[in-house]
Amino acid sequence: MFLLFTTALLLEKSILVLALFTVTLGVAAYATLAERKVAAAMQDRVGPNRTGPFGLLQPIADGVKFFMKEDFMPNSAERWLYILAPGAFMFVACMTSAVIPWGTELTLFGRPVALQVADLNIGILYILGFTSLGVYGVMVGGWASNNKYSLYSAIRASAQMISYELAMGLALIAVVMLTGTLSLREMAEQQAGLNWNVWYQPLGFLIFFVCALAECNRAPFDMAECETELIGGYHTEYSSMKLGFFLFAEYINMFIACAVIAVVYFGGYNFPGLDPSWLGGLMGLVVMLAKTFFFIFVFMWIRWTLPRFRYDQLMQLGWKTLVPLAMVNMLLTGTFVLVFES
Amino acid sequence: MQSLTNRSKVVVNKEMSFGERLYLPAVFQGMWITLKHFVRALIKGPNTVRYPEEKRSFAPIWRGWHVLKRDEEGRERCTACGLCAVACPAEAITMVAAERQQGEEHLYREEKYAAVYEINMLRCIFCGLCEEACPKEAIFLTDRIVPADYVRQNFIFGKELLVEGIEPDKRIDVSKRQKHLTEKQAPPA
Repeated sequence: MFLLFTTALLLEKSILVLALFTVTLGVAAYATLAERKVAAAMQDRVGPNRTGPFGLLQPIADGVKFFMKEDFMPNSAERWLYILAPGAFMFVACMTSAVIPWGTELTLFGRPVALQVADLNIGILYILGFTSLGVYGVMVGGWASNNKYSLYSAIRASAQMISYELAMGLALIAVVMLTGTLSLREMAEQQAGLNWNVWYQPLGFLIFFVCALAECNRAPFDMAECETELIGGYHTEYSSMKLGFFLFAEYINMFIACAVIAVVYFGGYNFPGLDPSWLGGLMGLVVMLAKTFFFIFVFMWIRWTLPRFRYDQLMQLGWKTLVPLAMVNMLLTGTFVLVFES
Repeated sequence: MQSLTNRSKVVVNKEMSFGERLYLPAVFQGMWITLKHFVRALIKGPNTVRYPEEKRSFAPIWRGWHVLKRDEEGRERCTACGLCAVACPAEAITMVAAERQQGEEHLYREEKYAAVYEINMLRCIFCGLCEEACPKEAIFLTDRIVPADYVRQNFIFGKELLVEGIEPDKRIDVSKRQKHLTEKQAPPA
């Protein structure tokens, strides 16, 4: 009996992991197309429309192109680290999706299947931990390329990511104090209906959002790959699918970051009037994905609106504005929690 | 110095107000603008022309690939007087004159003609001064684009590329350009 149960669980989780992996890759692939389409619309252009209807096959064409390109490695590169870096970046990007609750429960073959790979009781710490590992991919890649621009960019990126993680963590602590849990599922459950965390933590959300942009290396904080100054940044020396991995992992990061924003601040799979258990549990998934896609759109919207920060401005914003603000936010939240709970 | 247009702005490196230092109002302002463009593009479609399928029409007075006209009977109008070459500011035109022989009356309208007539399309600036200089209405600029090429030599267009065909369907219509030129050269009323 125990063996049967374990086998079933193993099977269920494997399928879930596979499905999540596929969906993540699919979303990341189509995010590249969406990015170009959004950019085009914002600039009154058309965007890619040659590959299939509305350019829908563009991500596949891009993928094929990446595979067909020459895989060039500079002579002076640190061979193994050079190969390892894109893989590590991709791996870390994919790992973060494990703790995100995509919906409540599906009932399949008479057994409830939680739409979450692992309901860790330290979900938020897990995500913070893995996002901070993400800097290794950039750092190692930039360093192993043995190119001064790559190195500059890697140093910038790591400094930026480390600086903004601080404010990000501080903003999240306020949410944790409010909800009293580190588990993302419990957090999502607490925000039933319209009882979303963002109403209690508007400042915290703003800080978290800005930090998420910086963590994902997205404009206006795309210091790591400013084309104009650093000729592409840490992936200057990369070509073929290795470059593809770097670019792809960034889109996965964006997807995950948006999912985390949706779960932590915008009620996850909850939406007033739409019970997440409808359609056999699919409703929650739909709501969750809709929120995630909305934030992905906002990320793109910001990218095609705001110019890049200068490096010192970036550091100033991170250390002199966001960190103190996050601390104030933490202090205020703590006071409120103390006053209202006693 | 006095400003003539009143459009110049004096750059002031003034201290930013608190609202400006917040940066957020400016962010939202910018995002509002891009959103307007986004929505507009979704509803009304983009401003661009889908090029290979859709082509924008040329201006009726477009100045492109030159043509050496023939007259109604199919005789070349050019008499190799060289006024176009003199007028050309880019020194793009050269020609060699020759005398019309017996039996060539159906080919050349006057006793003298251009045996060689070359325009270097890399030198030409398509200003149209050759048309204005021509006393015989022989040379005109048309709305055809000079095609790209890999070899410089191929940009020197000789008579085979410049003179229009004799057959009526190979004649090149320059009436719009001609009308423009007459209007331009008409004495002010």
